[in-house]
Amino acid sequence: MERIKSIKQLQDLEATLAAARKSDRPVVTVCGGIGCTANGCQKLVAEFKKLISEKNLGDKVELLVTGCLGFCEMGPVVVVYPQKTFYKKVQVADAADILDSAISGKAVERLLYTDAEGKKIEKEDDIPFYKNQKRELTGILGVIDPESIESYLAAGGYQALAKVLSGMKPEDVINDIIKSGLRGRGGGGFPTGKKWESCRKAADKLGASKRYVICNADEGDPGAFMDEAVLQGNPHTVIEGMLIGAFAIGSDEGIVYVRNEYPLAIKSLSAALAQAREAGLLGKNILGTDFSFDIRINRGGGAFVCGESSALIASIEGFVGEPRAKHIHMAESGLNDKPTVLNNVETWANVPLIIKNGVAAFTAIGTGDVTENPWNGSKGTKIFSLAGKVNNTGLVEVPMGATLRDIIFGVGGGIKNGKKFKAVQTGGPSGGCIPEKYLDMPVDFDELSKVGSMMGSGGMVVLDEDSCMVDFAKYFVEFLCEESCGKCTTCREGLARLKEILTRITEGKGRADDLELIEAVCETLSQGSLCALGGSAANPVLSTLRHFREEYEAHIFQKKCPGKVCKKLIKFSINDNCTGCTVCAKNCPQNCISGARKEKHVIDSAKCIKCGVCKEVCKFGAVTVE
Amino acid sequence: MTEAKVNNAPMVEFIVDGKKCSAPRESSLLDFLLANGYDIPYLCHNPAVKPYGACRLCLVEVKNGRKTKLTTSCNYPILEGIEVFTNTEKVRRNRKMVMELLLARAPESKELRQMAKDRFGIDADKLPFEKNNGNKCILCGLCVRVCRELVGIEALSFAGRGEHKEAISPFHDVASTCIGCGACAVACPTNCIGLDQVITKRSLARWNRELPMKTCKRCGYAYAPMFQLEHFQNISSVPADFFDLCPDCRK
Repeated sequence: MERIKSIKQLQDLEATLAAARKSDRPVVTVCGGIGCTANGCQKLVAEFKKLISEKNLGDKVELLVTGCLGFCEMGPVVVVYPQKTFYKKVQVADAADILDSAISGKAVERLLYTDAEGKKIEKEDDIPFYKNQKRELTGILGVIDPESIESYLAAGGYQALAKVLSGMKPEDVINDIIKSGLRGRGGGGFPTGKKWESCRKAADKLGASKRYVICNADEGDPGAFMDEAVLQGNPHTVIEGMLIGAFAIGSDEGIVYVRNEYPLAIKSLSAALAQAREAGLLGKNILGTDFSFDIRINRGGGAFVCGESSALIASIEGFVGEPRAKHIHMAESGLNDKPTVLNNVETWANVPLIIKNGVAAFTAIGTGDVTENPWNGSKGTKIFSLAGKVNNTGLVEVPMGATLRDIIFGVGGGIKNGKKFKAVQTGGPSGGCIPEKYLDMPVDFDELSKVGSMMGSGGMVVLDEDSCMVDFAKYFVEFLCEESCGKCTTCREGLARLKEILTRITEGKGRADDLELIEAVCETLSQGSLCALGGSAANPVLSTLRHFREEYEAHIFQKKCPGKVCKKLIKFSINDNCTGCTVCAKNCPQNCISGARKEKHVIDSAKCIKCGVCKEVCKFGAVTVE
Repeated sequence: MTEAKVNNAPMVEFIVDGKKCSAPRESSLLDFLLANGYDIPYLCHNPAVKPYGACRLCLVEVKNGRKTKLTTSCNYPILEGIEVFTNTEKVRRNRKMVMELLLARAPESKELRQMAKDRFGIDADKLPFEKNNGNKCILCGLCVRVCRELVGIEALSFAGRGEHKEAISPFHDVASTCIGCGACAVACPTNCIGLDQVITKRSLARWNRELPMKTCKRCGYAYAPMFQLEHFQNISSVPADFFDLCPDCRK
């Protein structure tokens, strides 16, 4: 698009572009997020395009591929405007019907969402998954075209920047962010405004003219993808947030550190950066003012530890991604020893929202009272990646202070297959496990740490009654053991030894004093490590030990796995329900089930590998696990 | 990002184990403690290179403001008003655990076993952990760091992550840029570089490096590795024949 030359011109653009883009045609939006992409939405888009051109429907219907709509469980997802009709699990063969119905205005019944009672729901906003969310950041993902700056501008994009550049002083901006109570969404929860303030002050005091703003899009938690979703679906909001941050601290150079495993996000962001430069929103003398700023992308190799700020900086500088001690703050000495502000994608995305809608609108959502001190609460919304044994997996955005029950049962639709809830892990691989008794606890930065977990990456893994908490702790210790950078003894060796102890417990070889030993190793690991990875790595172990100690004891003393997961401690057998249908025997990969037709079968324990196939295929509940 | 830079820093006052002390602002707490007779165990620290904080043995408790935290003293910059506790029960307990973890990693190291026995009363053969036999390296990184920071060669690096991390020559191949100065071997606290010299040849087993020695034109003594002398020649302005003689014959 043409270069925008002044603030006034930018302010006028919103209305002109919105008017120009307004059309009477129905819009078929296809979710282009990673979940739906994995489910084949690209083929669906191709089919829509083909049909529109073949049937010459170009002036009757509009096609829009958006960012992530969040409801990954139901992907590929299609939403048709203006009715906002929600279609789930749409296949290529459904495309023609959806186009017809978009034009006729009558919904395609068979593709509608069905709720728990079997009732069909037509509109997106009426579906419990969406109804129970507060989609301040993610709502826009469904209506804008990630590849078009005009689309973002028409939706009010860059108006926060216009507001900042038309008379706000850097201090005013910082003050607004402090007053909003915005805290770092990367998990640390440090007040963003305070970070900016200390950077600006330190840099002014040092007389440092070079200052950096960095966006942390490393998102190392394998289960979290909210940063990917925002970066891919609405890259301009991150750019706008960084522009405002750069203005506030007086920086002219920004870097987005994004993991290389996010090709869709990188593609989307690269295109957005080029568009923003062309429009004069990045580069020298932005909108004719003295403010100059540009952003480049730095692709990370995908090490979990590189999401840690000092390791991230080392990686950008070209060194091995190892953390360093942070007794001297990054605000003073960060990238290339220059004052640096580093915030997470979601944090940056909140900035334009606060500036544009005002501090009051932001503080109206969330917990605590931050008027005096941003540490006294958690404001705004938080996006979580809901996964595990929950009905509605996907990306959910809720107000800070929503309870775990709201999220898991209200939005998430409860536990899969009618099973019982056991625990939820929040905060990614190094987050802790929270048991049922805390389900009504409000979720914010401070409450989560009180029960031994953390906000962390915003990952949320739900566990049902069939999970073993020792096995669970072992799984994450193994992950962290691989992902520890290996620099400091406590993290590298501590995790390796924890893995060793947990492995022997799950194999029925646990020793009487193992729990004490675990606690001792965890103290040194969590308090004696160099960085936050080591500091939080004990969480999965300590929290499960705190809330499910009896399970550990059952493994060690009774040599039993209450969750019936640990293979060395369980035994499969066939009970009297067996009708002799032979299905289990036919499916057993070890051929270790014997018995004549119509007679009770027997499992040869010596040969059984405990794969559980017999139990899965048996229709009579005749396979028991002890 | 560098660790604290101490150039003409103002003196600050702080407390160590109840005693008032003063030192330049942001200087290394461990250096101060060692210089003042405090008995702090450490393995990865060497004043010739920047603090690194890898071995975690030099743990102390520091109270800064309202918070008291366990921290390594080597990379802790001394700040006004901090209160340091070098010998609390918590400090001793955690240092001992660090030592046990190190021993489980490198049980073959004589130096480590001796230190564990003398300073912590730990019998290396009675650890609560499985042992990683056949290993002497504790990944303190001194070899890599002296080569990079002091010698300026960077012949070595780390590879891998977590338990699989190693200090190696490039691709486990010959460290072809190594000048054979031996600084890594001198700095190594567990003696696992394997520096050896047989008359006119020096070898560093860990880096698969063998280097010819320069013999003195006058006395015939093989006094230094040729590559090291070439390196010195390149970075200094001594005459071309300067290294023909050994330091003794040069006098």
